[in-house]
Amino acid sequence: MEPSNPADVAERLGATGYLCDDSLATVTYLALKMQRPLLLEGEPGTGKTALAEAIAESLGLPLVRLQCYEGIDATQALYDWDFPRQILHLRALEAAGRSDDQSVEEAEKSLYDARFLLARPVLQALQQSPAVLLVDEVDRADDEFEAFLLEVLSTYQVSIPELGTVRATTPPIVVLTSNRTRELHDALKRRCLYHWIDHPGLEREVEIVRSRAPEVSAELRRQVVSIVQGLRGRADLQKPPGVAETLDWARALNYLGTAEIDLAAASATLGALVKYREDADRVRHALEQMLRA
Amino acid sequence: MDRGGDEILLGFTRALRAAGVPVTPDRAHGFLAATATLGLDDQRATYLAGRATLCGGPDDLERYDQVFTAYFDGRDGLPRPRPAQAGVPGFSGLPDAEASGSGESDEDDEVVRARASDAEVLRHRDVATLSAAERHRLSGMFATLRPRPPVRRTARHQRWHRGQVDASRTLRASLRRMGEPGEIAWRRRGVRPRRVVLLVDVSGSMSGYAEALLRLAHRFTQVGRSSGGVVETFTVGTRLTHLTRAMRIGDPERALVAAGETVPDWSGGTRLGETLRFFLDRWGQRGMARGAVVVVFSDGWERGDPTLLGEQMARLQRVAHRVVWVNPHRGKAGYEPVQQGVLAALPHCDDFVAGHSLATFAELSEVISRA
Repeated sequence: MEPSNPADVAERLGATGYLCDDSLATVTYLALKMQRPLLLEGEPGTGKTALAEAIAESLGLPLVRLQCYEGIDATQALYDWDFPRQILHLRALEAAGRSDDQSVEEAEKSLYDARFLLARPVLQALQQSPAVLLVDEVDRADDEFEAFLLEVLSTYQVSIPELGTVRATTPPIVVLTSNRTRELHDALKRRCLYHWIDHPGLEREVEIVRSRAPEVSAELRRQVVSIVQGLRGRADLQKPPGVAETLDWARALNYLGTAEIDLAAASATLGALVKYREDADRVRHALEQMLRA
Repeated sequence: MDRGGDEILLGFTRALRAAGVPVTPDRAHGFLAATATLGLDDQRATYLAGRATLCGGPDDLERYDQVFTAYFDGRDGLPRPRPAQAGVPGFSGLPDAEASGSGESDEDDEVVRARASDAEVLRHRDVATLSAAERHRLSGMFATLRPRPPVRRTARHQRWHRGQVDASRTLRASLRRMGEPGEIAWRRRGVRPRRVVLLVDVSGSMSGYAEALLRLAHRFTQVGRSSGGVVETFTVGTRLTHLTRAMRIGDPERALVAAGETVPDWSGGTRLGETLRFFLDRWGQRGMARGAVVVVFSDGWERGDPTLLGEQMARLQRVAHRVVWVNPHRGKAGYEPVQQGVLAALPHCDDFVAGHSLATFAELSEVISRA
């Protein structure tokens, strides 16, 4: 079941439609073997989140996703008590109509039962282990949350005062992604294996389009990818298109029945490729030159 | 794995540390474990193992590649460690002996009063024209600045004595009374400090102000931290340097020394447009400048293309909540914003304020906290 070497990892990920180079495969293999969290950084749209999904699919494990945002705290990451249901439960006990001291104590105890516990992503991942826990865009969370995450990731256990400690039988596979809106704390980085995901090269990106959007013809595929690669090389774009944009654009052109890219088709579908008005102007200009050549 | 192999690998981590990659013992340990997992015979595998375990950011990766080739290809000439910053200008080290401090502990009232007005004069003096002793006295006065961080409303609510009904808190409180209804809890939208981003121009034309501006940045960072806000500091010049970590050191003198060691381009040229674009690409647009108050400290002497600067300022203004341009010459008599850089940037600034003395710094902190 466990992959035996990096090439095996690459093959399994490839089977799910995620194509990775040998460095990413090696890091993933190390993360699985050394049971360390994997920290992925890179431009938006280079497949950081998709990697976690692919790992889960290739190993046949459930994927638990924790989307971070500013102000996220432990009750949204770990667990919370289901208050309305606890109240309902109390009312039900009341209606049953017993009220001696013994039963009050019992009633209290029955309130903090596992069935009133709302498991949030981190707890879910520990309960369902082995599982893949994706902590997405961890740079958006606050410093305090990072410290809390560090604690969970170093012990893989959570203690709930009313219930006891929940420990993972096998540690979950943890993937953290960051867009570098701020520098993460060194302590967290040290716990993790680090990988910077770059934009793929021409051949690999053609392969990615083929596996993700098989309906696109070979001719169109190659043309789309070489144009996108050309655009990424330009320094004047505010947001160079990522792989996700390449796929969107290829699909968009395909829906319009384009066999070969011309200026009209490209302008009509530009919204799938670039997301800024200034960029759109520049890209239209660049396309004119590219297509004329 | 034999001892010899371990030693070679550990030697490599040392070489890496010497080249400026922050390798800690636990990282080195992780590296050994990773190479043991992958096997030692394959150089590519060792390379990838080190990349994953020893590096912590894109800046490290480049340095790592260099050291790796140098170390394992046996070529001579290891990459040189980053040169220590020898002459950092503008920092007052030890103060020049102050005449009044030595023997005259029994100063009478008159002298004390004279000193107080001295301080008031100093508050309004241009920091670039101060002597070393005056600079030293002024550095103590930065502690009198009490900048309040700007605030924004949040999506989360906080408890309040009127406003909307806080249903979940009311229910929870009633749960505590075994389900008996009781007092109704209220809530309102909370407020949080807004992020403040300081971009400090450290080029040659600003060198007289660099120290004072960094002290100001340090003060902002420290006060911001104590009230839960985030202040990020960068220096701009020929390149962009992230200074936040140095500014978080509590003691101002040590923070300034750390800043001096971090910034490679003191008193260099100015390519404001280019560095600003780098800032926006790498940090700003991804989130650091979003909804933040961005303060640019610069005199606007731009060596590069002013149209680029204008474009980038426009971009910055679209991302940020408020853009404040601080120009040390703004407060001086006869100043006209004629430098090309200033002309290009001004249409995209929300505030254009002076910043050459402690008094103007105090005004600036008012502008920021009201933003």
